[in-house]
Amino acid sequence: MRDDGNDDSKPAGQGIARRDALKAMAAAAMVPMLPESAAASVAPVVRAPLPMFEETQAKRKGPRGTPSDPVLQVAKADWPNKLQLRELTTLAALCDMIIPADAKSPAASAVGAPAYINEWASRPGGDASLVRVRGGLAWLDRESNTRFGTRFHLATNAQRTAICDDICYLPKAKPEHQFAAQFFDTIRDQTATAFYTTPQGWKDLGYIGNVAMPKFEGPNAEIRRKIGVE
Amino acid sequence: MYSRRSKVAPQYDVIVVGSGAGGGMAAYQLSVQGLKVLLLEAGRDYDPVTETPMFQTPKDAPLRGGGNADKPFGFYDATVDGGWRVPGEPFTTAPGSQFSWWRSRMLGGRTNHWGRISLRMGPYDFKPKSRDGLGADWPMTYDTMAPYYDKTELLIGVYGGEDDLENTPRSSPGVLQPPPAARSYELLAKQACDPLEIPVIPAHRAVLTQRQDSARLPARLHPGNALAQRVLRQSMNERMACFYATDCGRGCSIKANFQSTTVLLPPAMATGNVTLITDAMVREVSIDAQGKASGVHYIDKLTRVDHHVTAKVVVLAASACETSRIMLNSRSTQFPNGIANSSGVVGKYLMDTVGAGLSAQIPRLEGLPPVNEDGTAGIHMYMPWWMYGEQKAGKMSFARGYHIEFGGGRGMPGPGIFGGLESFTQGAYGRKFKEEARRYYGSFMYFDGRGEMIPNEDSYCEIDPVAVDQWGIPVLRFHWKWSEHETQQAAHMHKTFAEIIDKMGGTVQGTVQTDGSKAIATGGSIIHEVGTVRMGSDPKTSVLNEFGQTWDVKNLFVTDGATFVSNADKNPTLSILALAWRSCDHLVAELKRGNL
Repeated sequence: MRDDGNDDSKPAGQGIARRDALKAMAAAAMVPMLPESAAASVAPVVRAPLPMFEETQAKRKGPRGTPSDPVLQVAKADWPNKLQLRELTTLAALCDMIIPADAKSPAASAVGAPAYINEWASRPGGDASLVRVRGGLAWLDRESNTRFGTRFHLATNAQRTAICDDICYLPKAKPEHQFAAQFFDTIRDQTATAFYTTPQGWKDLGYIGNVAMPKFEGPNAEIRRKIGVE
Repeated sequence: MYSRRSKVAPQYDVIVVGSGAGGGMAAYQLSVQGLKVLLLEAGRDYDPVTETPMFQTPKDAPLRGGGNADKPFGFYDATVDGGWRVPGEPFTTAPGSQFSWWRSRMLGGRTNHWGRISLRMGPYDFKPKSRDGLGADWPMTYDTMAPYYDKTELLIGVYGGEDDLENTPRSSPGVLQPPPAARSYELLAKQACDPLEIPVIPAHRAVLTQRQDSARLPARLHPGNALAQRVLRQSMNERMACFYATDCGRGCSIKANFQSTTVLLPPAMATGNVTLITDAMVREVSIDAQGKASGVHYIDKLTRVDHHVTAKVVVLAASACETSRIMLNSRSTQFPNGIANSSGVVGKYLMDTVGAGLSAQIPRLEGLPPVNEDGTAGIHMYMPWWMYGEQKAGKMSFARGYHIEFGGGRGMPGPGIFGGLESFTQGAYGRKFKEEARRYYGSFMYFDGRGEMIPNEDSYCEIDPVAVDQWGIPVLRFHWKWSEHETQQAAHMHKTFAEIIDKMGGTVQGTVQTDGSKAIATGGSIIHEVGTVRMGSDPKTSVLNEFGQTWDVKNLFVTDGATFVSNADKNPTLSILALAWRSCDHLVAELKRGNL
């Protein structure tokens, strides 16, 4: 892999400077103006320039740290997470019902699935996802309380399984479980995304790429035999 | 003003607008032939060597690297300030028309992220009207272009096979790099296609599978030109062969694949003949009293200051529709409808590629032992069009062909993986889900058709009468209509894919459409939009001669996809490069003769 001791990319500082400048502009725009009649009656005054975008701050090279030109080398979501601790607790329990630990790999929560789903549901423009996740988590705890007198994450594995069995497959879910089944499928998809994009998930599936190789050889004799070519 | 190599009171021979395939090739060819070039790019400076996220994994990216409106092809995609929308630079579509316009605003343009599929147009493709009466012929033949295809492939580095099929010409011996070995799913598809009489052959992609011969190629490509040979040798020495990891769409820091910023611009800059100005949004070509192009007006995007620069020759390569936009916005008393537009053809005959796709699940690919199938991070095999004879005999409901690109296998697990597993497993979760994931991983494939669209009167762009962008430049309004030739072709694609999938013992995911209008991708969405400033033999029905020189203004050239007369199923970038090279040879010769 390439050495990244790249001194002239200082994305964070640049981004903050620009954001501050933009905030200052927004603040300036909110300063109340004199009524037009009053303004007309006084001579123009030369004021100190308003805070503005300084062209000298503008980066001519390298990423500008905007959503359409993010810094790729030190990637990080830059929006605030919206789920509360209480919700994350329930979510972690559900993620681990979907992808529990087994002999081959850890559980979903052990590789950060709830944090990823929080980032995903909190993303700009993701309002519908957030409603589905929050609504589903609230439903899950309420359902568990109604059936077993305890929140989902404190229920026994058998109790949690009973609820999941009702909502794990949309085509067979009862009419009153339609929303919960949609929610479950969303969390299953997102938990799979979270889990199988980690090194632990890759190892579990047997993905062994993303390494430099001097040569590319096609499938070996064993694989050719298995799929039935040559 | 920002520039990498600006000089005091510079005198430019040529202004090149745009730094992608067409502009990068122009800057390279003109500068190695000793001309002083001013290269203007509307986006920011971009350095693939330091900026490309090689080996970075989805886990390290927001949303696990998934796409959003700001980065539609995923977080690590090389596109800067672009995608289906560009901040502050809208376009419009006419009522009833749907059109998607992919742009990027960065040095090297869209060459930084493309698929690198590099297929030559064939003999039929240059003379389609002569063959079936539809569309228009190019003013040159394949035989004229073949040497430029050879040279372009040698310059940029293209892998491929030795197959020589109907209208799918092979390169001259020794031109192509060796193709990579086929993957398991590619072998399986070939096995299924053999009885269907669909050829499956090595794809041609602009990726080095071995290092270029820097000792011999520069002299072969630029005989007698010491400057060109020196800068090209240096550039070739800086390029490594593919190490079979990291998606090409991110760009390539080891310069193994072709992008303008790693292959064309470094040697061009090394000549000392190129001044590069980035963030320079060209809005208009200026003309002098004699009706010749005198230079261009551009806006420096960071200071918002308008500049005017002059040169003996102007080359437009801003991307097909952007080039049209500049020309249509260059109005004067001589050219009230836009510069060099006495024909009224500028903006007309806009084409994209016909696209339709199907996914499949293939049981024979389930549960295979781990194998690294990253390869060149793109197709190793493809199916060229195979039914020319049937079309010629009038047995088909559509006139032109398509090729098939396909993929699948054990690629890097990314966001959305196993999104369809609910239905495959009847709602599995828990340990069962993990077992099902292990079983299904690697067993999914997709097939994408890429077909020829015939130019029509209803697909074009024009200046919107009202809207402007944030630079005050009037924007484009798009009109779009597919004909039956395209929709019938899209339906045929689905039918063919279903047959192949069936032969592979797989199941189609989704619906096989018999109504092609339900299968066909939105116009523009294949990102092969070409035409709008087409070449031709007649100044009344075309804007350019065969050298990309406008009929009306002899020192104004176009070297991007706007020049296309037809849009064969062959992905356009290789042809843009070869055509641009030929145009530049003509430009230099004419300049030397004092004809410009």
